[in-house]
Amino acid sequence: MDHTIIQVEKLRRTFEMGSEKVHALKGISFTIYPGEFASIMGTSGSGKSTLLNILGCLDRPTSGEYYIDGIAVSALSRDELSTIRNRKIGFVFQSYNLLARTTALENVELPLLYNSSVSAAQRRERAIHALEQVGLQDRMGHMPNQLSGGQQQRVAIARALVNDPVLLLADEATGNLDTRTSYEIMTLFQELNSEGKTIAFVTHESDIAVFTSRTIMLRDGHIVKDEAVATQSARVALEALPPSEDY
Amino acid sequence: MDSLTGFLTVLLAAIASISLVVGGIGIMNIMYVTVTERTREIGLRMSIGAKNKDILLQFLCESTILSLIGGIIGILLGLTLSYLASRALNWPFVVSTTAVVASFFVCAATGMFFGWYPAKKASNLDPINALRYE
Repeated sequence: MDHTIIQVEKLRRTFEMGSEKVHALKGISFTIYPGEFASIMGTSGSGKSTLLNILGCLDRPTSGEYYIDGIAVSALSRDELSTIRNRKIGFVFQSYNLLARTTALENVELPLLYNSSVSAAQRRERAIHALEQVGLQDRMGHMPNQLSGGQQQRVAIARALVNDPVLLLADEATGNLDTRTSYEIMTLFQELNSEGKTIAFVTHESDIAVFTSRTIMLRDGHIVKDEAVATQSARVALEALPPSEDY
Repeated sequence: MDSLTGFLTVLLAAIASISLVVGGIGIMNIMYVTVTERTREIGLRMSIGAKNKDILLQFLCESTILSLIGGIIGILLGLTLSYLASRALNWPFVVSTTAVVASFFVCAATGMFFGWYPAKKASNLDPINALRYE
Protein backbone atom coordinates (compact mmCIF):
# COMPACT_ATOMS: atom_id res chain seq x y z
CA MET A 1 0.00 0.00 0.00
CA ASP A 2 1.04 3.57 -0.60
CA HIS A 3 2.74 5.57 2.07
CA THR A 4 0.19 7.56 4.07
CA ILE A 5 0.58 10.49 6.41
CA ILE A 6 -2.80 10.15 8.10
CA GLN A 7 -4.82 7.00 8.03
CA VAL A 8 -7.97 6.97 10.12
CA GLU A 9 -10.19 3.91 10.35
CA LYS A 10 -13.64 3.81 11.95
CA LEU A 11 -12.57 6.41 14.47
CA ARG A 12 -14.91 6.94 17.39
CA ARG A 13 -14.60 9.27 20.33
CA THR A 14 -17.13 9.21 23.11
CA PHE A 15 -17.16 11.51 26.11
CA GLU A 16 -18.97 10.68 29.29
CA MET A 17 -20.73 13.66 30.76
CA GLY A 18 -22.06 12.34 34.02
CA SER A 19 -24.40 9.52 33.11
CA GLU A 20 -24.81 10.74 29.55
CA LYS A 21 -22.60 9.63 26.68
CA VAL A 22 -21.73 12.17 24.01
CA HIS A 23 -20.58 10.72 20.71
CA ALA A 24 -18.32 13.38 19.22
CA LEU A 25 -17.00 11.20 16.41
CA LYS A 26 -19.15 8.36 15.15
CA GLY A 27 -16.81 6.14 13.20
CA ILE A 28 -15.04 8.17 10.54
CA SER A 29 -12.46 6.94 8.06
CA PHE A 30 -10.22 8.84 5.68
CA THR A 31 -6.66 8.91 4.45
CA ILE A 32 -4.32 11.80 3.73
CA TYR A 33 -1.36 11.14 1.45
CA PRO A 34 1.98 12.97 1.37
CA GLY A 35 1.81 16.38 -0.27
CA GLU A 36 -1.91 16.93 0.27
CA PHE A 37 -3.36 20.20 1.50
CA ALA A 38 -6.64 19.24 3.12
CA SER A 39 -9.08 21.40 4.99
CA ILE A 40 -11.21 19.88 7.69
CA MET A 41 -14.41 21.84 7.94
CA GLY A 42 -17.42 21.84 10.15
CA THR A 43 -19.44 24.03 12.44
CA SER A 44 -18.93 23.99 16.19
CA GLY A 45 -20.28 20.73 17.55
CA SER A 46 -19.41 18.84 14.38
CA GLY A 47 -16.59 16.95 16.05
CA LYS A 48 -13.95 19.03 14.30
CA SER A 49 -12.03 19.95 17.46
CA THR A 50 -12.20 16.39 18.74
CA LEU A 51 -10.80 15.15 15.45
CA LEU A 52 -8.08 17.80 15.56
CA ASN A 53 -7.07 16.73 19.07
CA ILE A 54 -6.82 13.11 17.97
CA LEU A 55 -4.95 13.93 14.76
CA GLY A 56 -2.58 16.04 16.86
CA CYS A 57 -1.96 13.11 19.22
CA LEU A 58 -3.27 15.16 22.13
CA ASP A 59 -6.14 12.76 22.65
CA ARG A 60 -6.74 9.09 21.91
CA PRO A 61 -9.75 7.62 20.14
CA THR A 62 -12.28 5.55 22.09
CA SER A 63 -12.17 2.96 19.33
CA GLY A 64 -10.85 2.71 15.81
CA GLU A 65 -7.34 3.18 14.54
CA TYR A 66 -5.26 6.19 13.72
CA TYR A 67 -1.92 5.83 11.96
CA ILE A 68 0.36 8.80 11.55
CA ASP A 69 3.21 8.18 9.14
CA GLY A 70 2.49 4.46 9.58
CA ILE A 71 2.61 4.48 13.39
CA ALA A 72 -0.45 3.22 15.26
CA VAL A 73 -1.22 5.91 17.81
CA SER A 74 -4.01 4.28 19.83
CA ALA A 75 -1.66 1.98 21.71
CA LEU A 76 0.92 4.58 22.72
CA SER A 77 1.56 5.93 26.21
CA ARG A 78 1.42 9.61 27.14
CA ASP A 79 5.18 10.02 26.85
CA GLU A 80 5.28 8.23 23.50
CA LEU A 81 2.56 10.56 22.25
CA SER A 82 4.73 13.51 23.30
CA THR A 83 7.57 12.15 21.22
CA ILE A 84 5.26 11.71 18.21
CA ARG A 85 4.10 15.31 18.58
CA ASN A 86 7.68 16.42 18.85
CA ARG A 87 8.97 14.58 15.77
CA LYS A 88 5.99 14.19 13.44
CA ILE A 89 3.63 17.11 13.94
CA GLY A 90 3.86 20.87 13.66
CA PHE A 91 1.01 22.76 15.32
CA VAL A 92 -0.23 26.18 14.27
CA PHE A 93 -2.87 27.63 16.60
CA GLN A 94 -5.45 30.34 16.18
CA SER A 95 -3.97 32.41 19.01
CA TYR A 96 -0.31 31.83 17.98
CA ASN A 97 0.64 30.70 21.51
CA LEU A 98 4.07 32.28 21.46
CA LEU A 99 5.96 32.69 24.71
CA ALA A 100 5.97 36.34 25.77
CA ARG A 101 9.28 38.02 26.68
CA THR A 102 11.01 35.47 24.47
CA THR A 103 12.52 36.34 21.09
CA ALA A 104 11.14 35.00 17.83
CA LEU A 105 14.27 32.89 17.41
CA GLU A 106 13.97 31.33 20.88
CA ASN A 107 10.27 30.67 20.32
CA VAL A 108 11.12 28.80 17.15
CA GLU A 109 13.87 26.82 18.89
CA LEU A 110 11.45 25.57 21.55
CA PRO A 111 10.35 22.25 19.98
CA LEU A 112 13.99 21.24 19.48
CA LEU A 113 14.68 21.77 23.19
CA TYR A 114 12.59 18.68 23.79
CA ASN A 115 14.60 16.65 21.32
CA SER A 116 17.85 15.65 22.97
CA SER A 117 19.40 14.44 19.70
CA VAL A 118 19.65 18.04 18.44
CA SER A 119 22.64 20.04 19.64
CA ALA A 120 22.44 23.72 20.63
CA ALA A 121 24.28 24.79 17.47
CA GLN A 122 21.98 22.74 15.21
CA ARG A 123 19.01 24.13 17.09
CA ARG A 124 20.01 27.70 16.38
CA GLU A 125 20.80 26.92 12.74
CA ARG A 126 17.51 25.14 12.09
CA ALA A 127 15.51 27.89 13.83
CA ILE A 128 17.20 30.53 11.67
CA HIS A 129 16.43 28.49 8.58
CA ALA A 130 12.77 28.09 9.60
CA LEU A 131 12.42 31.84 10.16
CA GLU A 132 13.94 32.46 6.73
CA GLN A 133 11.37 30.10 5.23
CA VAL A 134 8.54 32.27 6.56
CA GLY A 135 10.28 35.50 5.54
CA LEU A 136 11.15 36.81 9.00
CA GLN A 137 14.96 36.75 8.75
CA ASP A 138 15.16 40.38 9.91
CA ARG A 139 12.81 39.93 12.90
CA MET A 140 14.61 37.15 14.76
CA GLY A 141 15.46 39.18 17.84
CA HIS A 142 12.00 40.69 18.23
CA MET A 143 9.64 39.83 21.07
CA PRO A 144 6.11 38.72 20.16
CA ASN A 145 4.63 42.03 21.37
CA GLN A 146 6.83 43.87 18.88
CA LEU A 147 5.37 41.89 15.99
CA SER A 148 2.06 42.24 14.14
CA GLY A 149 -0.51 39.45 14.25
CA GLY A 150 0.53 38.16 10.84
CA GLN A 151 4.19 38.18 11.84
CA GLN A 152 3.40 36.38 15.09
CA GLN A 153 1.56 33.70 13.14
CA ARG A 154 4.59 33.41 10.85
CA VAL A 155 6.79 32.84 13.88
CA ALA A 156 4.33 30.16 14.99
CA ILE A 157 4.52 28.57 11.53
CA ALA A 158 8.32 28.64 11.70
CA ARG A 159 8.08 26.94 15.10
CA ALA A 160 5.88 24.28 13.52
CA LEU A 161 8.38 23.77 10.69
CA VAL A 162 11.54 23.62 12.75
CA ASN A 163 11.29 19.92 13.63
CA ASP A 164 10.66 19.06 9.97
CA PRO A 165 7.30 17.40 10.70
CA VAL A 166 5.48 15.05 8.34
CA LEU A 167 2.25 16.92 9.04
CA LEU A 168 1.42 20.56 9.61
CA LEU A 169 -1.74 20.79 11.66
CA ALA A 170 -3.35 24.21 11.63
CA ASP A 171 -6.24 25.01 13.95
CA GLU A 172 -8.16 28.04 12.62
CA ALA A 173 -4.76 29.52 11.88
CA THR A 174 -6.26 32.59 10.21
CA GLY A 175 -9.08 33.05 12.73
CA ASN A 176 -7.51 36.04 14.47
CA LEU A 177 -6.33 37.80 11.31
CA ASP A 178 -7.88 40.29 8.91
CA THR A 179 -8.59 39.30 5.31
CA ARG A 180 -5.36 40.59 3.84
CA THR A 181 -3.16 38.97 6.47
CA SER A 182 -5.19 35.75 6.21
CA TYR A 183 -4.48 35.63 2.47
CA GLU A 184 -0.80 36.26 3.13
CA ILE A 185 -0.70 33.39 5.60
CA MET A 186 -2.57 31.15 3.14
CA THR A 187 -0.04 32.12 0.44
CA LEU A 188 2.68 30.94 2.79
CA PHE A 189 0.85 27.67 3.45
CA GLN A 190 0.41 27.12 -0.29
CA GLU A 191 4.13 27.71 -0.84
CA LEU A 192 5.00 25.24 1.90
CA ASN A 193 2.58 22.75 0.36
CA SER A 194 4.13 23.16 -3.09
CA GLU A 195 7.49 22.38 -1.47
CA GLY A 196 5.98 19.09 -0.37
CA LYS A 197 4.59 19.71 3.10
CA THR A 198 1.43 17.83 4.00
CA ILE A 199 -1.03 20.17 5.65
CA ALA A 200 -4.30 19.57 7.48
CA PHE A 201 -6.09 22.85 7.95
CA VAL A 202 -9.00 22.94 10.35
CA THR A 203 -11.35 25.83 9.73
CA HIS A 204 -15.01 26.80 9.65
CA GLU A 205 -14.53 29.54 7.07
CA SER A 206 -15.34 28.32 3.57
CA ASP A 207 -13.57 31.30 1.98
CA ILE A 208 -10.33 30.09 3.55
CA ALA A 209 -10.95 26.44 2.63
CA VAL A 210 -10.99 27.33 -1.09
CA PHE A 211 -7.22 27.73 -0.91
CA THR A 212 -6.78 24.07 -0.04
CA SER A 213 -6.98 21.19 -2.50
CA ARG A 214 -9.33 18.89 -0.61
CA THR A 215 -12.23 19.46 1.74
CA ILE A 216 -13.32 17.05 4.43
CA MET A 217 -16.64 18.25 5.83
CA LEU A 218 -17.80 17.04 9.22
CA ARG A 219 -21.29 17.22 10.61
CA ASP A 220 -22.52 15.68 13.86
CA GLY A 221 -19.56 13.34 14.06
CA HIS A 222 -19.80 12.02 10.50
CA ILE A 223 -17.96 12.93 7.33
CA VAL A 224 -20.65 14.34 5.05
CA LYS A 225 -18.35 15.35 2.22
CA ASP A 226 -14.79 14.50 1.23
CA GLU A 227 -13.79 15.77 -2.16
CA ALA A 228 -10.98 17.32 -4.11
CA VAL A 229 -11.68 20.97 -4.80
CA ALA A 230 -10.28 23.34 -7.39
CA THR A 231 -7.59 25.22 -5.52
CA GLN A 232 -7.57 28.96 -5.73
CA SER A 233 -4.27 30.73 -5.54
CA ALA A 234 -4.04 32.77 -2.36
CA ARG A 235 -1.47 35.00 -4.04
CA VAL A 236 -3.93 35.91 -6.80
CA ALA A 237 -6.64 36.55 -4.21
CA LEU A 238 -4.23 38.72 -2.28
CA GLU A 239 -3.41 40.79 -5.36
CA ALA A 240 -7.11 41.12 -6.16
CA LEU A 241 -7.80 42.76 -2.82
CA PRO A 242 -8.41 46.50 -2.98
CA PRO A 243 -5.32 48.48 -2.03
CA SER A 244 -4.81 48.84 1.68
CA GLU A 245 -6.61 51.77 3.24
CA ASP A 246 -4.15 51.99 6.07
CA TYR A 247 -1.79 54.88 6.07
CA MET B 1 26.65 30.15 80.81
CA ASP B 2 26.74 26.90 78.85
CA SER B 3 23.06 26.26 79.42
CA LEU B 4 22.26 29.79 78.23
CA THR B 5 24.19 29.27 74.97
CA GLY B 6 22.48 25.94 74.52
CA PHE B 7 19.09 27.55 75.06
CA LEU B 8 19.89 30.34 72.60
CA THR B 9 21.02 27.80 69.97
CA VAL B 10 17.79 25.86 70.31
CA LEU B 11 15.76 29.07 70.18
CA LEU B 12 17.55 30.26 67.03
CA ALA B 13 17.15 26.86 65.39
CA ALA B 14 13.44 26.93 66.19
CA ILE B 15 13.04 30.42 64.71
CA ALA B 16 15.02 29.36 61.65
CA SER B 17 12.89 26.27 61.03
CA ILE B 18 9.67 28.24 61.45
CA SER B 19 10.90 30.81 58.91
CA LEU B 20 11.87 27.98 56.57
CA VAL B 21 8.38 26.54 56.73
CA VAL B 22 6.75 29.95 56.31
CA GLY B 23 9.08 30.81 53.43
CA GLY B 24 8.48 27.41 51.89
CA ILE B 25 4.72 27.89 52.00
CA GLY B 26 5.25 31.29 50.38
CA ILE B 27 7.18 29.61 47.57
CA MET B 28 4.50 26.97 47.19
CA ASN B 29 1.87 29.71 46.85
CA ILE B 30 3.87 31.66 44.30
CA MET B 31 4.50 28.50 42.30
CA TYR B 32 0.78 27.73 42.31
CA VAL B 33 0.05 31.19 40.92
CA THR B 34 2.80 30.76 38.32
CA VAL B 35 1.46 27.40 37.20
CA THR B 36 -2.08 28.76 36.89
CA GLU B 37 -0.94 31.87 35.05
CA ARG B 38 1.17 29.86 32.65
CA THR B 39 -1.34 27.10 31.96
CA ARG B 40 -1.42 27.91 28.25
CA GLU B 41 2.35 27.91 28.08
CA ILE B 42 2.36 24.48 29.70
CA GLY B 43 -0.24 23.30 27.17
CA LEU B 44 1.84 24.65 24.33
CA ARG B 45 5.03 23.05 25.62
CA MET B 46 3.23 19.73 25.91
CA SER B 47 1.75 20.05 22.43
CA ILE B 48 5.19 20.56 20.90
CA GLY B 49 6.62 17.56 22.65
CA ALA B 50 7.37 18.24 26.32
CA LYS B 51 6.90 15.13 28.41
CA ASN B 52 5.38 15.24 31.89
CA LYS B 53 8.81 14.97 33.44
CA ASP B 54 10.11 17.91 31.37
CA ILE B 55 7.37 20.13 32.80
CA LEU B 56 7.95 18.76 36.30
CA LEU B 57 11.68 19.47 36.07
CA GLN B 58 11.12 22.96 34.68
CA PHE B 59 8.94 24.05 37.59
CA LEU B 60 11.09 22.26 40.19
CA CYS B 61 14.11 24.12 38.84
CA GLU B 62 12.24 27.40 39.00
CA SER B 63 11.18 26.95 42.62
CA THR B 64 14.66 25.78 43.60
CA ILE B 65 16.28 28.78 41.92
CA LEU B 66 13.73 31.06 43.57
CA SER B 67 14.56 29.77 47.06
CA LEU B 68 18.29 29.73 46.32
CA ILE B 69 18.14 33.42 45.42
CA GLY B 70 16.41 33.96 48.77
CA GLY B 71 19.08 31.86 50.44
CA ILE B 72 21.95 33.82 48.89
CA ILE B 73 20.37 37.11 49.92
CA GLY B 74 19.97 35.66 53.43
CA ILE B 75 23.59 34.53 53.61
CA LEU B 76 24.86 37.93 52.46
CA LEU B 77 22.55 39.73 54.87
CA GLY B 78 23.63 37.46 57.74
CA LEU B 79 27.32 37.98 57.02
CA THR B 80 26.90 41.75 56.82
CA LEU B 81 24.89 41.98 60.02
CA SER B 82 27.21 39.75 62.01
CA TYR B 83 30.20 41.69 60.72
CA LEU B 84 28.61 44.94 61.85
CA ALA B 85 27.69 43.40 65.20
CA SER B 86 31.20 42.08 65.74
CA ARG B 87 32.61 45.52 65.00
CA ALA B 88 30.23 47.25 67.36
CA LEU B 89 30.79 44.82 70.20
CA ASN B 90 34.49 44.31 69.54
CA TRP B 91 34.09 40.58 69.05
CA PRO B 92 36.15 38.53 66.66
CA PHE B 93 34.42 38.05 63.28
CA VAL B 94 34.31 34.34 62.51
CA VAL B 95 32.49 32.88 59.49
CA SER B 96 31.43 29.28 59.79
CA THR B 97 31.79 27.69 56.35
CA THR B 98 29.64 24.78 57.46
CA ALA B 99 26.79 27.13 58.29
CA VAL B 100 27.01 28.90 54.92
CA VAL B 101 27.17 25.67 52.93
CA ALA B 102 24.46 24.07 55.04
CA SER B 103 22.08 27.01 54.62
CA PHE B 104 22.69 26.93 50.86
CA PHE B 105 21.66 23.29 50.65
CA VAL B 106 18.78 23.69 53.08
CA CYS B 107 17.44 26.46 50.84
CA ALA B 108 17.71 24.28 47.75
CA ALA B 109 15.97 21.45 49.59
CA THR B 110 13.19 23.78 50.78
CA GLY B 111 12.60 25.01 47.23
CA MET B 112 12.43 21.47 45.92
CA PHE B 113 10.22 20.22 48.73
CA PHE B 114 7.65 22.99 48.52
CA GLY B 115 7.91 23.29 44.75
CA TRP B 116 7.17 19.62 44.22
CA TYR B 117 3.41 19.74 44.55
CA PRO B 118 2.80 22.73 42.20
CA ALA B 119 5.25 21.24 39.69
CA LYS B 120 3.47 17.89 39.89
CA LYS B 121 0.17 19.67 39.30
CA ALA B 122 1.62 21.41 36.23
CA SER B 123 2.98 18.20 34.78
CA ASN B 124 -0.34 16.41 35.19
CA LEU B 125 -2.31 19.01 33.23
CA ASP B 126 -4.17 17.74 30.22
CA PRO B 127 -2.66 19.46 27.15
CA ILE B 128 -6.06 19.92 25.47
CA ASN B 129 -7.57 21.78 28.43
CA ALA B 130 -4.35 23.64 29.13
CA LEU B 131 -4.22 24.99 25.57
CA ARG B 132 -7.80 26.24 25.75
CA TYR B 133 -7.38 27.74 29.22
CA GLU B 134 -8.31 31.43 29.38
